[in-house]
Order: sequence, then structure tokens, then C-alpha cells
Amino acid sequence: MEHRFESVSSVQKRLLDVDYLADEATASASFLADRLGKPILVEGPAGTGKTQLAKSVAEMLGARLLRLQCYEGLDEAKALYEWNYKKQLLRIQVENAQAAADAGSSTWQQMQDDIFTEDFLLSRPLLEAITAQDPVVLLIDEVDRVEIETEALLLEILSDYQVSIPELGTIKAKQIPLVFLTSNNTRELSEALKRRCLFLHMDYPDALREQQIIQTKLPEISQQLAEQVAAVVASIRALDLKKDPSISETLDWAQTLLLLGKQSIDTEVLDQTLTVLCKYRSDIEKVQKELVIT
Amino acid sequence: MIETVDAFFDELRAVGLPISVTEKTDALQALTVIDLSNRCVVRESLAATVIKKADHKEAFHTAFDIFFSSTKRNDFDAGEGLSTEVFEGEDSEEEPVRTEQTSGQETQHSLDDDELRSAVQHALTTGEESSLRYSARHAVRNYGDIVAGRPVGVNYYLFKTLRKLHLDELVAQVAEDSAAVDATDFEKRLHEEHVKKVAQEFKKAVEDEIRRRLVADRGSAAVAKTLRQTLTEDVDFIHASKEEMAAITDAIKPLARKIAVRLARKRRNKRRGTLDFRSTMRHSLSYGGVPAEVKYRQQRPAKPEIFVIADISGSVASFARFTLYLVHALASQFSNVRSFVFIDGLDEVTNYLAENEDFDQALALVNQQADVVWTDGHSNYGHALEVFDQKYSGEVTKKSTVLFLGDARNNYHETNVEALAQIGKKARKLFWLNPEPKPYWDTGDSIMEPYSQCCDQVFEVRNLQQLEKFVDNLA
Repeated sequence: MEHRFESVSSVQKRLLDVDYLADEATASASFLADRLGKPILVEGPAGTGKTQLAKSVAEMLGARLLRLQCYEGLDEAKALYEWNYKKQLLRIQVENAQAAADAGSSTWQQMQDDIFTEDFLLSRPLLEAITAQDPVVLLIDEVDRVEIETEALLLEILSDYQVSIPELGTIKAKQIPLVFLTSNNTRELSEALKRRCLFLHMDYPDALREQQIIQTKLPEISQQLAEQVAAVVASIRALDLKKDPSISETLDWAQTLLLLGKQSIDTEVLDQTLTVLCKYRSDIEKVQKELVIT
Repeated sequence: MIETVDAFFDELRAVGLPISVTEKTDALQALTVIDLSNRCVVRESLAATVIKKADHKEAFHTAFDIFFSSTKRNDFDAGEGLSTEVFEGEDSEEEPVRTEQTSGQETQHSLDDDELRSAVQHALTTGEESSLRYSARHAVRNYGDIVAGRPVGVNYYLFKTLRKLHLDELVAQVAEDSAAVDATDFEKRLHEEHVKKVAQEFKKAVEDEIRRRLVADRGSAAVAKTLRQTLTEDVDFIHASKEEMAAITDAIKPLARKIAVRLARKRRNKRRGTLDFRSTMRHSLSYGGVPAEVKYRQQRPAKPEIFVIADISGSVASFARFTLYLVHALASQFSNVRSFVFIDGLDEVTNYLAENEDFDQALALVNQQADVVWTDGHSNYGHALEVFDQKYSGEVTKKSTVLFLGDARNNYHETNVEALAQIGKKARKLFWLNPEPKPYWDTGDSIMEPYSQCCDQVFEVRNLQQLEKFVDNLA
């Protein structure tokens, strides 16, 4: 099979072209996912760019992104496939009507062969990902939200890239898609799932990288302001908060400062715009206490 | 190569990382497809295939540095310079050259104290990786006094080097010198934080250098053994160092959230209640009167009441700290958590914990205001139980779960087992968590045996793993 990426550094470069700054860990994991044909499990706090990674990789490959958002109560019918029973019912009714008209010859067996075919199958993201003809990237978002039993659903597709449908048999992947799973670590994932995946832990970026992210996403920002934004956010993250500001909140804040026409940050500006960064009252108070009143 | 990798995996397993055959195969396979001359890529590729939990990252990195810091480090250095190319467009051409220069210098002459100081200062001001490494190398050479064959760890040499270098002074000086003249307090603060961060990197560079030298002296396996760190989940509560305590505290936060999520889920998926006839009939209308969809009543969620009674005397203070922290985190999840602390007196502290979002502040209040000392401030389980029995046992009902935390070291006071038996009888469940290793129970003044008779179950909870397991059972 043809490989998608040449080398780790080329992954980095191409991700940069679509405005995603990947560090070595991210680039290596993506590269290996392609070469070893394994899914990547991306774990880390909310707002560190886990979902964005999948989106950016899809964009960079020009592939279609198939997204399965996980939630409690997700089942086979929503994740894998479902029989289109309404269409099946209609089919049976038509058959019945015909049978009555021709004083019929159609047996149950024939009918069964008829209604359990791919025409009556509704493919859901997982099945679609492996049957797709065009290049796809599969994103299984927040996999930690499903129950541990439901995780088992994913195992067959993640290790063998196939789906077994009792009525039809096993459907094998025509191509091995790139698969990203994200997790916010609200619970421990099963060993079986972890063993099938490469693991990538994403944390908040350091100040320098965050500054680069800000500059990539907001090209009109001045170097000095970007530097300051990154430094202030890093210093806020160092406090013990309920929820650290995420990258997207940092970007929002930088945007806010731009809109307000600020060239540099002082305590007054920070105080006024703090609500963009912190969403909990106790966090805001803490930052005010630590940084604003010194 | 394969021998090094094998030894590396053995070391990771020895540290306690769960590495199965799959991981190892993946890792070896990964090594066949990547560019082996780039150290950073090798490290991250191995990490991606081997680690399955973020907490294990640090142990992995330590081991990696030991086994893959070849004495011909310069090849790797050059590789690292190249790999950062994407981010640091300007530096990339310059950096590999620089490292060559520095390695050339190393063989030629060593720096004297003043030169070294200015080199470190320069490194701290610029924060450049190459100059950090360069000055670290010389710092170790000048101050480390590494004696060949001496079986001491990295930390010994690290402290020695940093102390002789007076790093703290240097950091303060650099922070002051390099700050802009007209900087506001706020800017100064940010700048100071930045310099401190660079200083941290410098420390790491020194550590790397020492480790490199030790490995060259004694071989990877021997150094790995002296450096082996306990994983956070296995650290003993009572003997935890300051850093380990911080790591455990960090790990408890998500633990509480995990427990809450699991609990909510369990509640929702529990066996459904009795048949809801009305609803079933109503839904049957859409199936032409056939009750195809049977509806049940939701079961009313049980509201467990939890009583936590914790010994906060000196001997188990750090353990109590973690448990109270967990209780604090859980308070929003369980509808009714009440906490009590005792030494030889006993007092309720539910309000301190509930009203303060900041745990440290809450704990300080508990320490200041709770009335826990009766006579001499040595744990007296008998008296604590007596107070609880008199004041609060009326509130323990069949819905309550009581957790008793302590090492049962009673300083040879009265045991007052009857009071505990009373509580045990009234409560739904009575659990005792003991932070001491099981073999030590009932030795000296520990009186676990009589107390455990009254409890539904007794647990040894020495580390995070055991605590997690216990709470899992509880939920």
C-alpha cells in the first residue's frame, strides 16, 4: 500500500501549511499511524487541539473527515450500521401485494435474501470509513464518554479494519483509514482498546509554541503582543485553577485584545478581559488576586 | 541496537510500566520505518508505541535518557538541531555548527569560574538550547567532581553542582539585569517567571549531563537502577516527598471526577423500577394498541450519606490530607458527605471543607479552628470514639456509610471498641482504611485487631492505586 507520509519532518511541514503547529511527538505519532496502520489515541485536557489535529490531518491529506461523536448510550446502530427497516417493511409490503396478484411463488427464503442486502443497510461512520472509496480520516471523538461495554464495538474495526454483520458476513476495509480517537480522560479506557492504539498525550504548549500558534492563527498580531499573551497565559496556567485556559481561549483573548486595539498588556487590561480566559468565578478571583493586585 | 532496546524494555518493566508483547513489537516495527539519526523522533516514536498512560511519560523519559544517551552524543545533538528546523527557521542553520564548536572546545580547555558564571548568565538570558547545554556541560565538569565507580545517584551530583554554582543568586541577578528599565511590576513578574523557567531547563541540562557521565562510567543498567523512581500511583502516602505529594494531589483531582462519572452512570443504568402502566399504554397507541414498548418507572436514586472520620495526628497527617482532599472533591458528587477529624478530641469539619473552594485554605482552617486536641495532642482513638458516640452517633442511620481513616496507633490508651461497634451496627457499612502496611498492624501500640472486628471491611490504603480501588468498590 502506498504511504501517505514520507518522513516525520514532512508531516510537520505539511501540518504547518494548514496552520497546525505540531511538535515532534504529534508528528511522530501521525507518521507511525500511517506506517504501522494503527489508530492513534490522543489524550489530554480539553482545549489542547486534539480534535483539531484530526481535522488538520484530514485537510492536509485532502481527505474526507468522518466524525463519530461518542456519548453515553451510543450503540451499534449509531456507530456501525443499521438495517433500514422502514425500507425493508415497504419492500415486504410490495412483495406481498405482488404475491397476492400473481398468486405468488416467492418464498420466505427469497424474501430474506432480498431484504438483507447492502441496499437496505444504512452505514454509520465506522462502516462508512472502511467502505469508502475516497481517502477518509476517521475521528472518534471523546471515546471516554461511552460505557466500557460499548468500547468493545470499536475493537474489531480498530485492530482488523473490518466489520462483521451477521446477515451479510464480514466487510473488510478497502483501504486502511487514518483513525484518531480522542479522550478527555474522564475514565480509564480498557486495556484492550489501548493496546490497539498508538498513544499520544497532548498537554498545553509551552510559551514559545503558544506564541507561534497565536501568530499563525492571527497573522495581524504584533510579535510583542503575542509574546506577552503567551507569557501571561503560561503564568495563569501555573496557578492552581479549576480549569486552565485552553488554546482556543488564548486565541479568543488575543483576538479580543486586537479588537480593543491594545498594543500591550497591563494589569488593567488583564482585569477587564479576564472573563475571556477564565470561566469560573473562583478562578477569576484567584487570578485577580495573584496577578492583578501585586 | 536490539540489545539496547531489549535492556531498555526490561528497565521499563522493572519500573512498573505494563508493557506487553504487542507494545514491544510495535516499537521495534516503528524503529524500522523512522529516521534513526534523529534522537527526538526516536524518543517520541518509542513513546507513542510504548506508553499508554500520561503518568508514565516521565519514567519513560528518564529511562530513555539513560539507555539512549550514547557517549557519542554529538550525532544526536546535530539531529536535534535539525528537527527543530520547522519552528526555528533562523536558528536551524546555525545550531548544528554551534554544537560542533562547543564539543570542540570541550576537548581543548575548560572554563574558569568567572567564565563559567558568565556563560551560565548568557544561557539564562537567551534561553538558547545550545548555550544551556554548553554551560551545563562545563558546570558539571568544574563543580560536579564525579568520582568514577562511586555508587551515588544523579541527585547527589546535581545538588553539589548547583550549590557551588549559586544558581539561585544567578537567576535573581539575571532576572533583574535583563528586565526592561521602564517595566511595570506586572511585566517584571512575567519576566521573572520566564527566567525561572529557563533556569529549570538549565537544571535539566545539568541533570542530563551528569547522567550522561554516569552512564559512561558505570553503564546504563547500573545507573537505571539508582535512578528508578516509583510511579505516582505506587508512592506510599506516608513517605511521599514534597514533589510526590504534589503529583499525588494532581492525580486525585481527576480521580474524583472519574468516580463521579462512574457513579452517575451506574445510577442511570441500574435495574429499572416497576412497570409504568400508564406510560406503557400511552406508547402502545403508536403501535395500534399493542404494548410493544414496555415502560418502567425510574428508580429513585439512593442518597448515600457518608461519614468520614479521619485521624490527623502527625503520624498519618499526609495520608489524612489526601483523604480529606478526596472527600473535598467528592463533596459535590455525593449529596451528603460529613467529615470529622480527631487527634485525641474530635470535631466536625464539614463546613470548612464545603465552604472553601480552595482546599489548602480549607485545610488551614481545619488545622487552626477544629477542636481536636483534648489533653496532650497524641492520638487517642478511645476518646475520639467516645466523643463521636455521644455527639453524632444519633445521626448515623441505615443509609450512612462510615469511613474511618487511621493507623489505629492508640498510644496505649483505652480502645473503646464498644463505641465503634455501636457505630458499625447503626451504619449501613463501616469501613476502616489503614495507611500502614498490613504486616505492621497489631505491632507496638497498633490495635487494629479489635477494631477490625467491628468493621464490615478493613483496607490497607497506602497508595493511590489502593485508594482508587477502594473508592471504586464504594461507588
